Amino acid sequence: MSRRSLAGFAILLLLACALPFMVSEYRSFQFTLVLVYAIALLGLNILTGYNGQISLGHGAFYAIGAYCAAILMDKYGVPYWATIPVAGAVCLAAGFLFGLPALRLEGLYLALATFALGVSLPQLLKYHHLEEWTGGVQGITIQKPDAPAFFAEFGLALDQDQWLYLFTLAVAVVMFVLGWNLLRGRIGRAMVAIRDNHVAAEAMGVNNALIKSLAFGVSAMYTGIAGALGAIAVQFVAPDSFNFFLSITLLVGIVIGGLASIPGALYGALFIQFVPNIADEISKAAPWAIFGLFLIGFVYLMPAGVAGAVRMAVARLGRKRQNT
Amino acid sequence: MKLKLMPVAALLAAALASPAALAQKKYDPGASDKEVLLGHINPYSGPASAYGTIGRVIAAYFKKVNQEGGVNGRMLNMISYDDGYSPPKTVEMARKLVEQDKVLLIFQPLGTPPNSAIHKYMNAKKVPQLFVATGATKWNDPKKFPWTMGWQPNYQTEGKIYAQHILKTRPNARIAVLYQNDDYGKDYLKGFHDGLGARAKAMIVREASYEVSDPTVDSQMAQLQASGADTFFNITTPKFAAQAIRKAWDSGWKPVHYLNNVSVGVGAVLKPAGLEKAVGLITTNYIKDPTDPQWKDDAAMKGWTDFMQKYYPEGDLTDNTNVYGYAVAKTLAQTIKQAGNDLTRANVMQQAASLKNFEVDVLLPGIKINTSASDFAPIESVQLARFDGKTWVRFGEVMGN
Amino acid sequence: MEPFIHQVLAGLATGGIYASVALALVMIYQATHLVNFAQGELAMFSTYIAWSLINAGMPYWGAFFLTVGLSFVLGVVIERVVIRPVENSPVLAVVVVFIALLVILNSVTGWIYTFTIKTFPSPFPGQPLFGNKYMSSHEIGAIGVTLVVLLLLYVFFRFTPLGLAMRAAAQNPESSRLVGIRVGWMLALGWGLAAAIGSVAGMMVAPIVFLDPNMMGGVLLYAFAAALVGGIDNPAGAVFGGFLVGVLENVLGAFVIGNELKLAVALVLIIGVLTVRPSGLFGKVHVTRV
Repeated sequence: MSRRSLAGFAILLLLACALPFMVSEYRSFQFTLVLVYAIALLGLNILTGYNGQISLGHGAFYAIGAYCAAILMDKYGVPYWATIPVAGAVCLAAGFLFGLPALRLEGLYLALATFALGVSLPQLLKYHHLEEWTGGVQGITIQKPDAPAFFAEFGLALDQDQWLYLFTLAVAVVMFVLGWNLLRGRIGRAMVAIRDNHVAAEAMGVNNALIKSLAFGVSAMYTGIAGALGAIAVQFVAPDSFNFFLSITLLVGIVIGGLASIPGALYGALFIQFVPNIADEISKAAPWAIFGLFLIGFVYLMPAGVAGAVRMAVARLGRKRQNT
Repeated sequence: MKLKLMPVAALLAAALASPAALAQKKYDPGASDKEVLLGHINPYSGPASAYGTIGRVIAAYFKKVNQEGGVNGRMLNMISYDDGYSPPKTVEMARKLVEQDKVLLIFQPLGTPPNSAIHKYMNAKKVPQLFVATGATKWNDPKKFPWTMGWQPNYQTEGKIYAQHILKTRPNARIAVLYQNDDYGKDYLKGFHDGLGARAKAMIVREASYEVSDPTVDSQMAQLQASGADTFFNITTPKFAAQAIRKAWDSGWKPVHYLNNVSVGVGAVLKPAGLEKAVGLITTNYIKDPTDPQWKDDAAMKGWTDFMQKYYPEGDLTDNTNVYGYAVAKTLAQTIKQAGNDLTRANVMQQAASLKNFEVDVLLPGIKINTSASDFAPIESVQLARFDGKTWVRFGEVMGN
Repeated sequence: MEPFIHQVLAGLATGGIYASVALALVMIYQATHLVNFAQGELAMFSTYIAWSLINAGMPYWGAFFLTVGLSFVLGVVIERVVIRPVENSPVLAVVVVFIALLVILNSVTGWIYTFTIKTFPSPFPGQPLFGNKYMSSHEIGAIGVTLVVLLLLYVFFRFTPLGLAMRAAAQNPESSRLVGIRVGWMLALGWGLAAAIGSVAGMMVAPIVFLDPNMMGGVLLYAFAAALVGGIDNPAGAVFGGFLVGVLENVLGAFVIGNELKLAVALVLIIGVLTVRPSGLFGKVHVTRV
């Protein structure tokens, strides 16, 4: 990372930290959700953007993470922060295991397999033999965490939303830094190599099977962690929260944000959080129609996603500066 | 000087304490001399967008009220948001309404999962979550959740009524049940089981669930028919109800058929299924159906039709959810009217809990809205009805009070 | 035994629904090598066109063929206007446009026609054939129509120059261009034909499930699975896949695992099959040359 981008990153982080003190509680909550979606989208981007495996079922991993957090907090009294790594671990395992048979499937057939996962999971959550844990169709309500007492002792009284935002921000920063490291490292390059030409990658000594399953596992882990954070922020999980449209929304998020781009996850998260609200403001009669027009508009104007457009704009600006 | 001021202060103190002071204006966020700001959450997009029309008909009704001068001189202004039937979005929208738009109350959020998601929040913030659009029993819990109130008859009570009717008329019935696999279907099922009591195990020979995403319920119907049942309890939403009614007839299965109130629309369900195939259906009713010929000359329904044509012309006149929205909007207007000039959240809730024999003209004759501090279930009475091929013929007395 | 036969026949009836929509998916795939998620909503929209025509007093068959024609035009127009500009974008960007079309069509139809269910007439007699109690004449007739469409498709792709050109354009656009095939128009034509087939499917499905804007949501899930399990490049395979999914789901739901998980288990089985035969049961195995 160049010094300039490091400085930019530091300023951005500082702004992000200051955000909950400048906006209302409700806005803090909204931006918490943006961060949650950003983590989930980064996860999906690892799989789809970098490794080229299409998933129409990532909502399922999001749901698994959310239910992990909810069940642990509600049934076993586990503190909220401890549920995050558990949710991540469970989803890592689930994703890795799912990735193994999915290895044999490519393109559309993989899409079908993941699609099946996304469609089946809500049904499984409702299944009456699991009701004891999942709460069945009624779902689970959980408590919202308070800020740790030591903040107040330092004279920084945080309300629940501010604290949750900062907590989510911390997790998000860790996940993004880890992701950035992973993707520019050996494994990340192997993932991209498989996406671009799996035969050549194999010939170069990349273990396709392992890397692809690993990509699945890591991707699921990210999305699961996001799910757990989302459940804590929303304080409620139910099968209806994780229907097939969640998976579709996540897919829309990475495409609009920018495939194979780390900041793209953040742009995509902003899109899926705020654009439906804008559509709703414009038309009560047919908000989905407006949302659809937004989608088409974004794809037309920025076929490589917002991240791609930003990259181009920056490059153009740089060129201009060199010319003058 | 001191002495002189004393009586004035005393007078003021006395005025504040006296009942006359109640006539003084008291406002919580969202209320003012000019308007009452109401929040509303409804699915306009997503899988439940069929219910979007409820939000539109309520908005149309408030437009009418405002054109006629408002309630106690105040305009009823409603901010309505789309949650797409997704609980996380409901939370976001409820917070937006309460914290940013600063509404007096949130009216009619739709669906059990979305309402469950904001249940705790609304009660912690002490903002009324008023007349929610779901028939779950948990909205009638004034001790634990004093800021939440339902409106329609609850599903469990209705399930119980059918069970009692079966026990009374055909104690040896063999029953098959078709239900939607979600909170709504399971609530009905629970009420039905409770109503049958110890006999439930022996009497119910087969239960089959379906998912909203299933294209048809043919397979389930074949299972139920094969069970040899002679009685059928049909817990389905309109499309599936019409399919089930038609399938039962076509396959030659002629059970005594109980249909849940959700799908009683003559024009919306029975006509598509085939009126001759619906003869003999038993249901419970509390609201007038716009497509039932018995209300053709009914003044209230004429009033509703006129209202629809004037204020919501694009609305569907055969859709009974539009009658539902009209009735619930009237109930809210009444509550605001009763609250007078004391438009605090506490008083709105107290007035909502003091509706006494309030009659909405589009409800069935004899069905009145009654609430109290310990009874947060506005409509509890329903009446059994049987379909005669043209119209629902009510029989027996008004029950459930 | 009787309940079993009943379930199988009911499964064939619903399987026929899946098969008809699966055919439209195969059509669009043959022409563009993409699976159009908006295909179901497009079919639903076409069915509303037919409904309006019939309600305006047009006789059934007149409305039927006019709707097929209008849907063809609609498909071509959508390709030219909406899909064209993103033709060279990444595949997933095109998929997002499909999703956009899906939500737009669903929302706009609900807005125009409301969500109240509507009856759609059937061209087949109201009395069940041969006095059977298991399948209505319409269900049997719809299967017949699906088989006719299948036959037409087979002949079209196998024996007509246009069909061959279309397949060539999808498989290898560059070479096709070199031999004089107008690839752009082939894509538009593919969209038109897929929309036309979809409209037939919609008009066959609507009398069974009733017409409403969400009519195709569930059906598309199954049709997608059906098309893939049979092999998305094989129309006959897709139809077989439709029947297979319909019957499998019914038998599993009624006798094995109960209704709650039948879709999940059916999908798991399909994926199990696919891991053994990754190109579908009847799909062509693609060998890539390096």
